[in-house]
Amino acid sequence: MATLAHHSAETEIEPVDYLNVEFGWKSWLLTTDHKRIAMLYLISITLMFFVGGAAAVAFRINLLEPEGIFAPETYNRLFSMHGIVMVFFFLVPSIPATLANFFIPIMIGAKDLAFPRVNLLSWYLYVIGAAFTMYAVLRGGVDTGWTFYTPYSSTYSNSYVLAAAFGVFTAGFSSILTGLNFIVTVHKMRAPGMTWSRLPLFVWSNYATGLIQVLGTPVLAITLLLLAFERIAKVGIFDPNIGGDPILFQHLFWFYSHPAVYIMILPGMGVISEIMACFSRKRVFGYNFVAFSSMAIAVLSFVVWGHHMFLTGESMYTGIAFSILSFLVAVPSAIKVFNWTATMYKGSVSFDTPMLYAFGFIGLFTIGGLTGLFLASLATDVATHGTYFIVAHFHYVMVGGMVMAFLGGVHFWWPKMTGRMYPEAWSKFAALIIFLGFNLTFFPQFILGYLGMPRRYHAYPPEFQMLNVLSTAGASVLGIGYLIPIVYMLWSLKYGPKAGNNPWGATGLEWKIQSPPTTFNFDETPIVTEEAYNYGEAEGVHG
Amino acid sequence: MADATVPVSHEPTAEETHLRHHFANSAQQTDASTLGMWTFLITEVLFFGGMFMAYAIYRATFPDAFASTSEYMNVILGGTNTAVLICSSLTMVLAVRAAQLSSRKGLILFLILTMIFGTIFLVIKGFEYTDKWREHLVPGFNFHYAPAQFEHNAQILFFLYFCMTGMHAVHMIVGLGLLTFLIVQAQRRVFNANYFAPVEMIGLYWHFVDIVWIFLFPLLYLIGHRT
Repeated sequence: MATLAHHSAETEIEPVDYLNVEFGWKSWLLTTDHKRIAMLYLISITLMFFVGGAAAVAFRINLLEPEGIFAPETYNRLFSMHGIVMVFFFLVPSIPATLANFFIPIMIGAKDLAFPRVNLLSWYLYVIGAAFTMYAVLRGGVDTGWTFYTPYSSTYSNSYVLAAAFGVFTAGFSSILTGLNFIVTVHKMRAPGMTWSRLPLFVWSNYATGLIQVLGTPVLAITLLLLAFERIAKVGIFDPNIGGDPILFQHLFWFYSHPAVYIMILPGMGVISEIMACFSRKRVFGYNFVAFSSMAIAVLSFVVWGHHMFLTGESMYTGIAFSILSFLVAVPSAIKVFNWTATMYKGSVSFDTPMLYAFGFIGLFTIGGLTGLFLASLATDVATHGTYFIVAHFHYVMVGGMVMAFLGGVHFWWPKMTGRMYPEAWSKFAALIIFLGFNLTFFPQFILGYLGMPRRYHAYPPEFQMLNVLSTAGASVLGIGYLIPIVYMLWSLKYGPKAGNNPWGATGLEWKIQSPPTTFNFDETPIVTEEAYNYGEAEGVHG
Repeated sequence: MADATVPVSHEPTAEETHLRHHFANSAQQTDASTLGMWTFLITEVLFFGGMFMAYAIYRATFPDAFASTSEYMNVILGGTNTAVLICSSLTMVLAVRAAQLSSRKGLILFLILTMIFGTIFLVIKGFEYTDKWREHLVPGFNFHYAPAQFEHNAQILFFLYFCMTGMHAVHMIVGLGLLTFLIVQAQRRVFNANYFAPVEMIGLYWHFVDIVWIFLFPLLYLIGHRT
């Protein structure tokens, strides 16, 4: 409390920053400042995260009883909404639209993204998309699963597919515009001396993400549009009744949605690189390898979609090709994990909250990644396809990986974004709760899947009950774990101690400017003369 | 906005008045918008690419049904439209050149000519659509196909025809809106030899939309005319 009294005296000479430069709703809703737009996004995706989370809690409650608690249709709508909201309205924009939007211009020494008005437009598109999807929810939801597979979404659809698909379509354009903005910004807006080999790895990974967003998302857009035309005209190209082909939908869908999986992990990997270097007080081991592994993942992401379709009308030889290509993705992913680990070797490692999340990321992503290899193998995929094994696998990557990285990044940069520190003890406690709750939720699902429990069913044989109850219990713990940061982060906005410009003693341009930054970030354009992560003479073997 | 936080080193010169605050100089701004436009056009290629992909698959699957549809396509109108669009591309390039030469009258003239060609295209397209309706060739709503053995599969071609030309027409309409915006700006003497990036960018967009049509015309109208 002494600190509270201390800094309330200081507030009288509050310097101008991007938060207090203007007030009122207009100054936020019409802003073109990338930092304010990032904050708008942060609020929106957090809301959507809790909508998607609420759906998850509801269907986990249903799975407490083998025969289910809700009607099967309700269950279908709950898990569909969970998937649609979490994938398109949380994971895809999570880090790019918030942390990267805020920090890419600052990290490369620019005043803003290349197209500030486009950036604002992307937020509005996101909000419109979210509104349509929420409309579909309020009218009763959709029961297609997040994939909108035909014929669930066409011939046999009995729900608000069009509204939800239009929501996803619109949010897709928001994602395209974000990616486009990042690509142009990284190419054209770097400060003098900020060469490609000096870019922070967070920028590299978001650049790679931008490429995927730009190249993949339009294909999803046209697929959903064709689906809508097919439904309106009752004629089509995905409907087998008139000679159409539902497999074509799957090909087009996964041509976007597999690369989208990397939209949902690459930015997280970038965050982990930043945190690892800062809290190990060392340059990231093998900087070039980590940077180019992001690009390799982006390239490979476009040639592996067929591994979603081993069991749905793909020839054996196509399957073999996609299986081999899918295994290749493990190489750049492993390079990253090994290099982060090597970064800590002989580093001066400290255990601040962001680092705890980074540890969580590395362990959970490794499990998620390695179980992915089971699914990329043709024979084991036959047994595990469509079971809880897959559910557990991608939640280890998406939640254990991306959400951990997102939280780690938010904690890491919170002092810069808001100028305030969060309570350290509470944040460590929350990180621990989230880690435990996560594993309790999803590890039983690996076993359930291995034992053969199929996903997307509202009921299951009684012998699976114990593991399902464990998973639901874990989900409750996880839910509480996610609520704690909301509380203390909001608290810190008013009562948190002042952070200062560089609370972590980190390198990087973002730590050299005021916290929170001014509207144009830099008083004068910085000139970069050093490598990224120049943490002095931390002893260690690195290049 | 908070201009007070930025030390103003010099008054912007006449040619720099269009420089947005976050760019160091006009060259950087033009570079950024050029790269941004090309990146956007790549997304457009992939957007149309989904439909071309569907087209390729079904044409390979049902070659005879697809070939049979060419009898019902109006090659004269389609060909005229191709010529009209090529002319509009020429006038668009001349508009960019006029902007580069600071010729305001030339710029406005060529932009208006481009809009006229674009409008002619849409009007002809409208007549074609009306004909299709009259000939019962609108899939889903009004479809009776004379060669009965192809009825189901030919319907897919007509479905793709309306999707692809329809999306193309939407892009044309957006293009006409952008050209109107350019004409208003040109009236206000915004463009000169030092600042013509918007004309060039919208020009790129216009050429892209033309090129899409160059692919659509043979793929949709001339399938059965190969021999």
